[in-house]
Amino acid sequence: MLRRRAGLRLWLSALWLAALVLAALLAPWISPRDPLTQDLFLARLPPFWVAGTEPGYLLGTDSLGRDVLSRILHGARVALLVALVAGGITCLIGATFGLLAGFLRGWVDMVISRLIDIWMAFPPVLFSILLIAVLGPSLTSIIIAIVVIDWTRFARVVRAEAMAQGAMDYVASARVAGRGRIGTMLREILPNVLPTVVVLLTLEMGIAVIVEAILSFVNLSISTDDPTWGGMISEGRTSIYQAWWVLVFPLIALFLTVLAFSQLGEGLKDRFDPVLR
Amino acid sequence: MQILRLTILRLLTTLVTLAGVAVIVFFVIRVVPGNPIAMMLPPGATEADIARLSALYGLDQPLVTQFGIWLGGVVQGDFGTSITTRQPVLDLVLGRLPATLELSIMALVMAVIIGGAAALIGTRGRGTRTEGAVDVANGMALSVPDFLWGLVLMLVLGVLFPVFHISGRVTPSLDLPFVTNFYLFESLVRLRFDLWADLVAHMFMPALALAIPLAAVIGQLLKQSLKETMNLDYVTLARTKGYGETHVILREALRNAVLPTLTLVGVQFTFLIGGTVIIERLFSYEGLGNMAIDAVINRDLPLIQGIVILFAVIFTAVNLIVDLAYAVLNPRLRHA
Repeated sequence: MLRRRAGLRLWLSALWLAALVLAALLAPWISPRDPLTQDLFLARLPPFWVAGTEPGYLLGTDSLGRDVLSRILHGARVALLVALVAGGITCLIGATFGLLAGFLRGWVDMVISRLIDIWMAFPPVLFSILLIAVLGPSLTSIIIAIVVIDWTRFARVVRAEAMAQGAMDYVASARVAGRGRIGTMLREILPNVLPTVVVLLTLEMGIAVIVEAILSFVNLSISTDDPTWGGMISEGRTSIYQAWWVLVFPLIALFLTVLAFSQLGEGLKDRFDPVLR
Repeated sequence: MQILRLTILRLLTTLVTLAGVAVIVFFVIRVVPGNPIAMMLPPGATEADIARLSALYGLDQPLVTQFGIWLGGVVQGDFGTSITTRQPVLDLVLGRLPATLELSIMALVMAVIIGGAAALIGTRGRGTRTEGAVDVANGMALSVPDFLWGLVLMLVLGVLFPVFHISGRVTPSLDLPFVTNFYLFESLVRLRFDLWADLVAHMFMPALALAIPLAAVIGQLLKQSLKETMNLDYVTLARTKGYGETHVILREALRNAVLPTLTLVGVQFTFLIGGTVIIERLFSYEGLGNMAIDAVINRDLPLIQGIVILFAVIFTAVNLIVDLAYAVLNPRLRHA
């Protein structure tokens, strides 16, 4: 019973994310309007079921008369791009550091662990805002900021995992059988920590989406014209009493996406965990 | 003896960490493009004006010299002068700190109450639908970060059913008799319950948004360790004595189940404090985090440095306290 519910959770999350990928890829063709076109005569049109709207603007328009649905679809491109690229690079760097620290131990471990401690003493949101201010607002800066801040998430967990694996008999026998240190690390330890890394990567993608939204919210993401969910939410926050839909729809998109990534991660964790299986 | 040695060791590593933070912050923000001095002067200021003001703030010195001057000041409690407001950074930061502390502690209290209740209800109804419902709620609460909970709360309790205020710390038209910046605390001491209610009505949503993820962590961990404790012999003994389930959970199991939860709550509490930055922004709450974002936008280098260092001090202090509390509370470490 519990397993079936977990499976459902996994599939629903995967389904939403697949739909999102499709929407992002096809955004220029399936969007009903151009996401950047302003029309002040059509400003703050309510969504389709509310009286007094224009046909053709399904989810209404924002205070500059831009179509909310089209902006959400285009915003999905930014969100997914950040999730994939930032998540991937963070994973690569963090897991490498964690693997080195956990398997090689000694001074490598000491340096990396000290770095992790220092990193943990930074408030992450403030750190990311600071980095964007330094690097200048752009998509690349956001990705760099996420990688710089979040590598410790992977490093911490992978380090502990690699340490635990390194103490096991099969590692010792691989060494006795004549495998070198690096060879043992890549051929024996890595495959065994990989499931954990995949789970962390899925969770990190959700975090990356949120970080991008937070940075757009404080107007430090890419240019304010380009549609991003966080930018839309920031704009909707200022007109929350006059036009709730400008805030609500991008919020729903963001909420479901973050939930989907994290549920997918949790679901995969259950799948991979031999104890639970 | 053991505890003393642990304390000294942890204090030393904490100092190393803080020094690392200071170095990184100082050099990272020195790379900021855009001259903060040029922004302070009215348009039409000459090159000579800029040079004079740069000299005043020490910005014309080499980086390493600047760092030396700054660090020398910090050690004596002088964090420099804010470029935008021209007030001492320490005064500005300490002026805002109480607002953020009150918000964080309020959130912590909410998280402990909600998470504790969830754990007790889940343990009481273990193996039934009730436990399943608690697990699902915990999972949801944990999956979605405070920023999104803040927006959801704002829409539901601020706009749809306007119960609470969606921005600010206190209604601006109110006359405040306070001498400290601990408004919430001081209003209680002065028995001004009207002001207290107004403060809570402003603080409720940001605090709850911060509390939800932490409440889920507490709920999950505490429930897990309660369930383990419930199977121990001494609990079974209490049950055979005829005590009811609720009594057994609260009086017998809880005390032993709390300890494993405590360490993780400490780490999670630092995440909560980190979350105040964006939550304060979202709810226009006049705390440190909101000031930090303004400082970054205004390129106010001394102020940014001061705030980041203060956050780092709070983070490391919380971790230190939790570690020591764990050592003191854990009998195995105490007598070692």
